[in-house]
Amino acid sequence: MSPLNVVSAADTSLIQAPSISYSALAPILIVLGAACLGILVEAAAPRERRFGFQLGLTLLALLAALVDVITLRGRSELTAASAVSVDGVTLFLQGSILVLGMLSVLMLAERAVEPGGSIVASAAVVVGSPADRRLASSERVQTEIFPLTLFAIGGMLIFPAANNLLLMFVALEVLSLPLYLIAGLSRRRRLLSQEAAIKYFLLGAFASAFFLYGVALLYGYAGSVDLFDILQAQNTSTQSDTLLYLGFGLLVVGLLFKAGIAPFHSWTPDVYQGSPTPVTAFMASCTKIAAFGAIIRVLYVGFSISAWNWRPIIWAVAIASMVVGAIVGLTQTDLKRILAYSSIAHAGFILVGLVSLDQAGLSSVLFYLAAYGFTTIAAFGLLTLVRDSNGEANHLAQWSGLARRSPLFAATFTFLLLALAGIPLTSGFTGKFVVFRAAYHIAGPLVVIALIASAIAAFFYLRIVVMMFFAEPAEDGPTIAIPSALSTIAITVGTAATLVLGVFPQPLLDLADKAAKLRG
Amino acid sequence: MHNLSLVGLLAVPLLGSVAIFALPAGRDLLAKQIALLASVITFVYTVVLGVAFKTTEGADRFQFTGSWVWIKNLGVHFAFGLDGIALVLIGMATLLVPCVVLASWRTFDSVEDAEELRAPTRSPKAYFGLVLLLEVFMIGVFAATDVFLFYVFFEAMLVPMYFIIGSFGGPRRQYAAMKFFLYSLVGGLLMLASVIGLYVSSGTSSFAFTDLLGHVPNGATQKWLFLGFFIAFAIKAPLFPFHTWLPDAGAEAPAGGAALLVGVLDKVGTFGFLRYCLPLFPEASRYFAMPILILSVIGVLYAAFLAMGQRDMKRLVAYTSVAHFGFIGLGIFAFTTQGGTGAVLYMVNHGLATGLLFLVVGFLVARGKSRQIADFSGTAKVTPRLGGVFLIAGLAALALPGMSTFISEFLTLVGTFTRHRALAIIATTGIILAALYILLLYQRTMQGRLSEKVSGFRDLNARELLAVTPLIVLIFALGIYPKPVIDIINPAVRFTMQDIGQSDPQPQHAAQTSTDGGHK
Repeated sequence: MSPLNVVSAADTSLIQAPSISYSALAPILIVLGAACLGILVEAAAPRERRFGFQLGLTLLALLAALVDVITLRGRSELTAASAVSVDGVTLFLQGSILVLGMLSVLMLAERAVEPGGSIVASAAVVVGSPADRRLASSERVQTEIFPLTLFAIGGMLIFPAANNLLLMFVALEVLSLPLYLIAGLSRRRRLLSQEAAIKYFLLGAFASAFFLYGVALLYGYAGSVDLFDILQAQNTSTQSDTLLYLGFGLLVVGLLFKAGIAPFHSWTPDVYQGSPTPVTAFMASCTKIAAFGAIIRVLYVGFSISAWNWRPIIWAVAIASMVVGAIVGLTQTDLKRILAYSSIAHAGFILVGLVSLDQAGLSSVLFYLAAYGFTTIAAFGLLTLVRDSNGEANHLAQWSGLARRSPLFAATFTFLLLALAGIPLTSGFTGKFVVFRAAYHIAGPLVVIALIASAIAAFFYLRIVVMMFFAEPAEDGPTIAIPSALSTIAITVGTAATLVLGVFPQPLLDLADKAAKLRG
Repeated sequence: MHNLSLVGLLAVPLLGSVAIFALPAGRDLLAKQIALLASVITFVYTVVLGVAFKTTEGADRFQFTGSWVWIKNLGVHFAFGLDGIALVLIGMATLLVPCVVLASWRTFDSVEDAEELRAPTRSPKAYFGLVLLLEVFMIGVFAATDVFLFYVFFEAMLVPMYFIIGSFGGPRRQYAAMKFFLYSLVGGLLMLASVIGLYVSSGTSSFAFTDLLGHVPNGATQKWLFLGFFIAFAIKAPLFPFHTWLPDAGAEAPAGGAALLVGVLDKVGTFGFLRYCLPLFPEASRYFAMPILILSVIGVLYAAFLAMGQRDMKRLVAYTSVAHFGFIGLGIFAFTTQGGTGAVLYMVNHGLATGLLFLVVGFLVARGKSRQIADFSGTAKVTPRLGGVFLIAGLAALALPGMSTFISEFLTLVGTFTRHRALAIIATTGIILAALYILLLYQRTMQGRLSEKVSGFRDLNARELLAVTPLIVLIFALGIYPKPVIDIINPAVRFTMQDIGQSDPQPQHAAQTSTDGGHK
C-alpha cells in the first residue's frame, strides 16, 4: 500500500526498501483490498444483485480480518521501517474495531425499518427538487456506502498501529474522508444531514491541519516523525523545547478532535444528530476506539518520559469533557444529541484511565473502549426503531409512554442507559470501576470529579427512562418498527455484550490485561 | 467453604421474580400467587437458617459462608456469609415481603385522584415481579461478605425500588422516584470512590471483608474513606441532614413499596455503619463519632417536630422514621454493646413497626383515596378492626413498654447514657415527642366526629388482617421475650466492638461519678 512507502521516503540518509512483514499487516490489507474490490463490484455487478454482493463482501472481509487479528495474538513487532507497530494494544483495538464495525455494517444494511434503508439512494440530488421527491418514494438502494465504510475501517485499523506521525496522519485522512461523506447520506432530514457533513468536514479539516502543523514542528524538533526518535530526542535534542511543546499541543488537538473530547467536541452533537443513525453508531464506537488508540500511542510511546508535562493537559481536558458532557447533556431534548453528549462525557472518563501511564491504566482503557462500543451500538440501533411518519422520532417528548407500546424495547433501552450511567451488573460499571481503580493512586481528585460527573450524567439518562415508563403515551406517538435479522443481531449482540461484560467481565479483563503491552 | 445455603436463599425469590416476568400478559392472579408462594418459602427458609445459626461461645463470626471467585483480576468474590446482625435483618425483611404482598393484593397502586382513577390500571405483574426482585437484592446486600459484591447489591437495589415508586406511586411519583434515585446514586458513587480507595490503600488485592479488616492504614486516608462510606449510608439511612428525599419517596411510593423502602432499604444504611464503617475504619469512626452522635440527636428532635407539622399521613410516618434513625445512629456510634445490640434490635423492630404502620396507613388511604389527615375523622367507629390495628402500629412506633420497640429504644438510650450522658438525656425527649405526633395522628383520623366520607368505609377483611397479623404477633412477642434475637445479635456486636477496639465503660457507683464518667 502506498501510505507505507511514504516512510522510507522520509528516511533521508539512505534510501532502501524497508522490510515489510505482510502477515502482521494482513488485517489492514484485507480490509483495504476488499474496499477496492467493492468499488469494482459497484462498477461491474448488476444493480439488483449489488446489495447482496456488497454486504457479503464487506462482512466477509471484516470477518477474515478479525480471524487474522486473532491468529496474530501475542505478536509484538515493528514493521515497514518501524512505521507500523503490531503489538497487543494494536491487535486488541483492531479486533474491537472489526467486531463493532461488523455490527455497524449490519445496521447500515437494514432495509426492513425504512424502505431502501437509512441511506439516501442518490446523494447529489438537490433537496426539495422534484427529483428528490421521486427519490424519497423509490426504494432504490445505495451500495457505495459499503466500500466507503470499509475504507474508513481500514484507516481506523492503521490509526492505532501507526508508530510514525506521518503514517498516523495518512490513516487519519483515510478514516475521516469516507466518514465526512457518509455523514451526509441520510435518507430522511437530508438538509440536516448535509449540514452535519459540511460541519464535520470543515472542522475536521481544521483539526487535520493542526495535526499536520504539530507533526511539522515535532519534525523540526526531533528531525524525525518516528515516535521512537521523538522520544529519544527529548533526551538529546539541542532544539528549543518550545518546538516540542507547541508541536505536541497541536498534535494532540487534532487527536482530541477525532475522539470528540471537550473543548474540541463542538462537532459531535451536530454530526451525531444529522448523520444516518447507523453511521452515528459506527462513528461513536469505531472512530472513538481508533482515535483513542492513536492518543494512547502518542502519549505512551512518543511522550512517555515527559508525562509530567502532558498530564496536567490530560487532567484539564478530561475534566472539561466530563463536565461539558454531563452538564450540557442535561439541557438536550433530542435523543441523538443526548447520546452525543454522553459520548463526550465518556471520552472524559476514558482519559481518566490514561493519566496513570501504567499497564493497569492501559488495560482498563482497552476494556472501557470495547465495552462502551457495544453499548453505544445497541443504543443507536434501538434509536432507529422508534419511528413516525417523518422517519425516526428522536425528540424526547415523542418517547413518552413508549413502555406501554413496547415493554421489551423500553426495558432493553433502559438497560443500556443504566450501563451508560454505570450501574452495577452492566459493562458500564465494570469499565468505570477498572478505569477509576487504575487512576486512583495517581489522580484521586480526578476520580472524584469523574464520579460526580457520572452522577450528573445519570440524571439525563434517567429522564429518558422516566419519559418511557412514567409518562402518558401521546395520541399520535411513534411506533416501534420490527427490524429484520440484521439490526436484530446487531442490537442483540450489543446488549448481550453489555450484560455479559457486567456480570462476567473476567475473560475480557484478562484479554485486555494481556494485550496492554506497547512495543517501545 | 462452599456452603450453598445462602445462594439458595437468593435463588428462591429470584426464580419467583423471573417466573412472574415470564408470565404472559393478563395472568395477574397467578403472578400474585407466585409472589406469595416465593416470599413465604423464602421466609421459612430464613427461619430454618436462623434455627441452624450457632450462637454459642466460640461460634464463627460468619456462618453459612460460601465464596467463589467472580472477577479474578479485581479480587472480587461472590462471597456470602451471615453474622447475627445480617441474619436478623434478613429475617425481618423476608417476613415483611409476604406481608407486603398480601397487603398489596388489590391496592398495590396508589390511587389518588380522579385523573389517576381513569388512567388504565397498571400491571400487577410488574409490581409483584419487582417486589420479589427487590427481595433478592435486599437479601444479597445483607448477606454479602465482599465489599464489591455489597456495593453491587447496594446499587442494584435502587432499580426495582425506582420503578416501584415511579410506576405505582402517587401523583408526584416521577419527582419522588427521581429524587430517590439521584440521592442514592450520589451516595453510591461516593461510596464507589471509597471502595476503590479501600482496595488500593489496603494493599490486599482483595475485596473480601475479612481480608480487608485491619488493613486500612490509619490517618487521613482512613478518614476520607470513612466519609465516602458514611455519607452513602447516611443518605440511605437517612440521617439528618441527608434525609430530605425520604418524605417525598415515602409519601409517593405505594404503601407496600413504602413499607419495604423505609422498613428494609433504609436499614442498609444503618447496617452499613455497623458492618463496614466501624470495623473497617476504627480510627476514623472514633474520630467522627461525636459529630455523628450530635447529628443523630438533632435528627431525633428535628424530625419529630416536622412530623408533628405534617398534614400528609405518609409524610408523617416518613418523618417518624427519620427520628428513629437518629436513635439507631446514637446506639451505633456510642460504641457500647448495649448501644450496638439495641441499635440492631431497633432496626428489626423499626422495620416491623414502620412496615406495619405504612401498611395500615395504606389501607386507610386506599379506602379514602386521600393521604390528608384532615380527610379522615372518627374512622375507628366504622372500622373498629382498622382502628385497632392502627393503634397497635402507632403504639409500637412510639415505643410503648410491652412492645418490642420499647426494648430497643431503652437499650440504645442506656448504651448511649453510659458514655454520653447529655446526649442520651436530650434524645430521651424524642420519646415524648413521638407520643405526641403518633397520638395526635390517631386522634385526628380515628377518633372524633364521624365524617360523612368515612362512614362508607368497610373494615379490614380477612386478607388484610392476615397481612398484618404476623407483624403484630412479632412486635408483642419480641416485646415480652426478646432474648432469642438478642442472643443472635450479641456476638456479632461484640466482634464489632473488638474491631474498633472499644470496651464497655464500667457502670459507676454513685460515690465516684463525674471524675471519669463519660470518657473513653
